[in-house]
Amino acid sequence: MSESTPLLHLQGIDKRFPGVHALKGIDFELETEEIHALLGENGAGKSTLIKVLTGVHAADGGSICIEGRQIAPRNPNEAVTFGISTVYQEVNLAPNLSVAENICLGREPRNVFGIDWRAVGERTKSALNRVGLRVDPQRLVGDISIAEQQLVAIARALDVEAKVLILDEPTSSLDQDEVAQLFATLRRLREEGMGIIFVTHFLDQVYEISDRITVLRNGERIGTFQTDELPRIELVSHMIGRSAESLEHGAMASHEVSGHEPFLTVTNFGKRGSVQDLNFEIRSGEVIGLAGLLGSGRTETARLLFGIDHGTEGGYQLDNRSAHLTPRSAISRGVGLNVEDRKAEGIFPGLSIRENMVVVAQVKRRWWQRISTAEQKQVADEYVSALQLQPPNTDRNIENLSGGNQQKALLGRWLAVEPRLLLLDEPTRGIDIGAKFEIMALVERLRLEGKSFVFISSELSEVIRVSSRIVVLRDRRAVTTISRAEANEEAVVAAIAKHE
Amino acid sequence: MKSMPSWIYALGALIFVLLFNAFATPGFFEINVLDGRLFGSVIDILNRVAPVALLSLGMTLVIATRGVDLSVGAVMAMSGAVAASLIARPEGNILLGLNFGDSVFLIVLAGLVTGLLCGLFNGLLVSRARIQPIVATLLLMVAGRGVAQLISDGQIITFSAPAFASIARGATLGMPNPFWIVVLFAAVILVLTRWTALGLFIESLGSNPIAARNVGINTGALLLFVYSVTGVCAGMAGMIAAADIQGADANNAGLYLELDAILAVSVGGTLLSGGRFSLVGTLIGAILMQTLTTTILTRGVAPELTLVVKALVVLAVCLLQSPTFLHMLRPKKVAA
Repeated sequence: MSESTPLLHLQGIDKRFPGVHALKGIDFELETEEIHALLGENGAGKSTLIKVLTGVHAADGGSICIEGRQIAPRNPNEAVTFGISTVYQEVNLAPNLSVAENICLGREPRNVFGIDWRAVGERTKSALNRVGLRVDPQRLVGDISIAEQQLVAIARALDVEAKVLILDEPTSSLDQDEVAQLFATLRRLREEGMGIIFVTHFLDQVYEISDRITVLRNGERIGTFQTDELPRIELVSHMIGRSAESLEHGAMASHEVSGHEPFLTVTNFGKRGSVQDLNFEIRSGEVIGLAGLLGSGRTETARLLFGIDHGTEGGYQLDNRSAHLTPRSAISRGVGLNVEDRKAEGIFPGLSIRENMVVVAQVKRRWWQRISTAEQKQVADEYVSALQLQPPNTDRNIENLSGGNQQKALLGRWLAVEPRLLLLDEPTRGIDIGAKFEIMALVERLRLEGKSFVFISSELSEVIRVSSRIVVLRDRRAVTTISRAEANEEAVVAAIAKHE
Repeated sequence: MKSMPSWIYALGALIFVLLFNAFATPGFFEINVLDGRLFGSVIDILNRVAPVALLSLGMTLVIATRGVDLSVGAVMAMSGAVAASLIARPEGNILLGLNFGDSVFLIVLAGLVTGLLCGLFNGLLVSRARIQPIVATLLLMVAGRGVAQLISDGQIITFSAPAFASIARGATLGMPNPFWIVVLFAAVILVLTRWTALGLFIESLGSNPIAARNVGINTGALLLFVYSVTGVCAGMAGMIAAADIQGADANNAGLYLELDAILAVSVGGTLLSGGRFSLVGTLIGAILMQTLTTTILTRGVAPELTLVVKALVVLAVCLLQSPTFLHMLRPKKVAA
């Protein structure tokens, strides 16, 4: 492989931002017929490297060659003409246009009457076939699931003649079947001669699909490895720069909570057309894990408990009183929700990290008692250091933070008001391994202080690790509850997959 | 690292226009004292800017919530018609039942309440009925002048009431009264938004409405608040306009001023897409626009040109605020 010219060859890529040396002379090679995983913690430089490659940022030094020809893409469109297509983690589609329109947007086939809709239809069909997605091309993108949107985004990227396909966390919102479907697509594309760069936080998937792995840390390339020659434990220690055993340190304490009455009880609770048959109770010092496939009703359950949606059947009791919550009354009664889609429903873009972190505390304090700027700084700084948020300057716009750090800022927003029950919807989605462990450790620490959580994650191992009990959802119904003692991956998977 | 305030370009443009006048317009900065009252071009600017400044203060808050209030000009006409009817008490007027005598306080209060009711109406349409702000306020923009004509019975009501007229024509401590009214309104709104958390909540709502609901902000009440403030501001602006001409003209009072107010807000650095707002920037923007008008008038340029010159200055400031435009100006880096 090495004697021939690589498909894509980066040499000594250097990039500086004010105050940050983001990429320090990165070398990287991608062969044809290769799936190459690019791994590293948040802030390691993965996103910056990809942005240099796709022309979002210009490199300060180094060269990019594709098939031996040097290129310098100035913007993503130019990168596409060089054969580099990218699918981003946050799906960038127009929700109010149809699937077909999204796939052909900006490069619609034309005839004398304008857009050639027949050709649009045919191209859409073949593009969707290529990713193995069966949806009506006329449906609005906003009406299909996030997973389907992701596949549409990939279909859009493949619609042009791509040689290099970059997937930035494509699987973070997909369930297992959809991941399998995506991987089948990727394998087919690899056979067709394409080079694929795959960025992810899911190590299982790295081992399942990638041929080689390149690890970045603090803007430097730690190394490139053949996947089948790199033990997982070594990979993790390369990524985080410390021995992997320390991660497993501090096995979780017992979750026995005795002597506490449940403060929250739901019985046959639900909303028609959403999630139904919810039956569980929460005591202080308990973590309820919600497990289930994507679309099984996990997020809907959190929205019902927090009062964004309102139940139409069954009972919801908080402190032995029937509860009809709105987010505002939920917060005043000590319930918080850290939302799944932090970009659309969580952060306040344009406002500072500090303001983003104190806003719930301010809502609780009432509007006429403003939290002074000095006090805001104090609160924000406390959680910045507790959550190791980077960079620590809280006066900056929250949009300047990486995804994982935005997640930490949103967590800080809730921790600052010390809710007795915090609903965490995918708190570890799209963040690096070190931060995932920090968040799980935090949940455990607060649990021991008597706080309660509802913990939702697509990663079963995380749910099993933190939960006192696991409520399994299937087809928008709670089907069973598994105690901590009986919880292991096989048992939970069996419950998720079981047919009545 | 402290970033520059968003109104820095508006301030720069204002200083530029003032410098231009210092050299090119003789007597522009001259101030005379007559009967204990100041006169001069600069004073005139601060006097004339009052109605638009009031409208744009409220408009700033509305725009910060991603909204817009097109009805403020029509609300001025309505509150003016109410005040003129109460003062002149013409035959057959529908407000004859209310007799406030010549209590300026009660008459102004009636004008402000008119504005408040209009603001509540807009606020309810936006927050409860969830009609898009531009459509919701368009209703009152169109219907408001009709209502004003109903109140004034289709007549231009004129009156002679020196006490009421002094709202626009009188002076206190040397400065014209409209100037003090703007100072008072600006101070109250600044305190209301920046000494409490309302400013943060408004900016949060404009930045991300879904997230604002998810953190427990009462978005409905907040919308009602910003439209009500704007209504009261428009009510006051209507008082000044009516007092200035000692009459109420339902067709022409405050005509097109909503557009001037929107311009003042956006020149002042508050984005129409909502979020961060700056009341100081808005005041600078309003003063900049009025300074341009006065400059052109005192230089004897054809008044038709006023609008074109205004538009050019607005364009310049908006371009300077645009990161994309500034990026285009920057010298291209040669690839290594």
